[in-house]
Amino acid sequence: MTVTMAAALNTALHDAMRDDDTVVVYGEDVGKLGGVFRVTDGLQAEWGAERCFDTPVAESGIVGTAIGMVLYGLRPVVEMQFDGFSYPALDQVISHVAKYRNRTRGRAGLPMVIRIPYGGGIGAVEHHSESPEAYYAHTAGLTVVSPGMPGDAYSLLRASIEFDDPVVFLEPKRRYWHKEQIELPVRGEPIGRALVRRTGTTATLIAYGPMVVTALEAADAANEHGWDLEVIDVRTLSPLDTDTLAASVTKTGRAIVVHEAPRFAGYGAEIAATLTEQVFGHLAAPVLRVTGFDTPYPPAKIERHYLPTSDRILDAVAHALEY
Amino acid sequence: MTTSPGSAPAETAGEPRRVTAAWQELAPDGGLRDAGDHELALDADQLRTLYRLMALSRRVDRQAINLTRQGALGVFASSQGQEAAQVGAVFALEEPDWLFPTYRDTVAAFARGVDIVEVLALFQGSWHCGFDPMRCRVAPLTTPLATQAPHATGLAMAARLRHDPIVALTFLGDGAASEGDAHEAMNLAAVFQAPVVFVVQNNQYAISVPLPLQTRARSIALRAAGYGMPGVLVDGNDVLSVYGATKAAVERARGGGGPTLIEAVTYRMEAHTTADDQTRYRSADEVEAWRGRDPLDRFLAFVREAGVVDDAFIAEVDGEGEAIAARMRTALFEAPAGNPCEMFDHVYAAATPQLLQQRAALDREVAAERGAT
Repeated sequence: MTVTMAAALNTALHDAMRDDDTVVVYGEDVGKLGGVFRVTDGLQAEWGAERCFDTPVAESGIVGTAIGMVLYGLRPVVEMQFDGFSYPALDQVISHVAKYRNRTRGRAGLPMVIRIPYGGGIGAVEHHSESPEAYYAHTAGLTVVSPGMPGDAYSLLRASIEFDDPVVFLEPKRRYWHKEQIELPVRGEPIGRALVRRTGTTATLIAYGPMVVTALEAADAANEHGWDLEVIDVRTLSPLDTDTLAASVTKTGRAIVVHEAPRFAGYGAEIAATLTEQVFGHLAAPVLRVTGFDTPYPPAKIERHYLPTSDRILDAVAHALEY
Repeated sequence: MTTSPGSAPAETAGEPRRVTAAWQELAPDGGLRDAGDHELALDADQLRTLYRLMALSRRVDRQAINLTRQGALGVFASSQGQEAAQVGAVFALEEPDWLFPTYRDTVAAFARGVDIVEVLALFQGSWHCGFDPMRCRVAPLTTPLATQAPHATGLAMAARLRHDPIVALTFLGDGAASEGDAHEAMNLAAVFQAPVVFVVQNNQYAISVPLPLQTRARSIALRAAGYGMPGVLVDGNDVLSVYGATKAAVERARGGGGPTLIEAVTYRMEAHTTADDQTRYRSADEVEAWRGRDPLDRFLAFVREAGVVDDAFIAEVDGEGEAIAARMRTALFEAPAGNPCEMFDHVYAAATPQLLQQRAALDREVAAERGAT
């Protein structure tokens, strides 16, 4: 059947609540409204207002109360309505969510999921198109997941809810309506594994979240140039599956990392450095990055000039082939 | 607000005592009004236990300061002067209830039964939290101010969702009350009628910054009106009144009546921590004046007067305090540094490949270091 990413996420939440009565879903507008992107649609109607409920507008409080709920044995899945509104909760995430297991010497882990719709490309007003993944990936104790395709969105969200540690689950909002032919439920590769979405020999494109589709488009367009590109969907930003990346780049000799977030100190820098350390001898060119600019996210009318495109990716491939 | 421990007629030890507590409550007009004298059903054993916990708290606190000066602890935040607020509040909790303390609430954790040596791990630097929160139902001592308050609200919300009669109590200071998390925790608690009690120990200072720079309001308890929850102002140096006010709040929470904000007015008789120089921001006269209202002295005078404790009992408690202090000295001085590689072991339930690599690297480094010495 044809499934959008939003529908896949919604089904994952339904199924998780059905299978585990400790799962509770809450946040801003997730109840009656079903979330501003409708990802929590129908949960309150089906599972009741005790298990899916709206809260006051208080992101730090939403994440902070989730910690107390975990200590009492519940498994909360909380929503930050938009990337730009997730920052009030950063203190709770960094000081407690990420560190609780370690602070308590392993006695109190915090299995919980923080869902954050992120990234641009939907013509939104400011503070609604941010890519905060590097903040989370930099924080020890967090597991950071971002699906690129609907089937994986289902599979990874189910796995995140079942995970023993807190997961920051970054949903690429411009791909909520991206469709895939799949049957739900589907269970794919576990958290911590990257996936080769397309095999190739010329160069490796490394992408996650919203850029997986863009990278696949670039790989299709590359055929015209006679290039056979491999595309890796990172899926789990932390911990990074370096083995899958290294194996691919060992084969192709060239790597281009693609993300929407700004370049400087961005997630791509970690991948580039890791590949340089691990497979330097196999590299025929430097690891290149195709990213957002080092600017605040631009206004909607000019955002298309900010977002990485298939053309920019192909330019980077051409550049890598010049070495 | 004048609440010295009320009078108790001399009765046979073991009988319920007529002891009174007093506090102020938010009135419908938004002001604070005397709530009258509340009779507490405390028997002589309970009064003795309260004295014992306060006296032992003072002793372990003094010992912790000394251990800091001697280098066994890196730093310590004293609770001296705040024993009535901490002990009185947690004495109102039942066994399955939860406590969410800050770094200053060491004696509250101690009074809840947590091993004081484990409580002090944070200051010793042996581990961040030295006790098992799940077993003790005491959350780790928290240093980022007010961040534990939403945790208390969340646990209380979960207990309510599960229809369990569990109450969470969290301490804040007058400084922490200015944090956004204090507001979010209280508002969420009120909206969801979560069974949680917020006890603000207003000890007049946030390190050096005095109360008037935290709030223009006459009382922090007044804020309760804004959340739609009961607000209580109590003499934080009167253990019976703190206990009475907290007990009423705990029972209301347990019965489905939602959260309460209690402001316990007290005073930090020592510096903020052993690393602080209080002479830079307050006078010795001021500190001396508050020493005249020492909660331990006040309660000792009361229980003596009431005939609840005698010299023999006081000596017994002193002896117990000395034994605990001796154990603190032994345990904290002789504690080994621990295995540095443990820093990798509790980051995740299952260590990541990256952590395993780093652990192995440090392991080699430590082994080489040992071989070199």
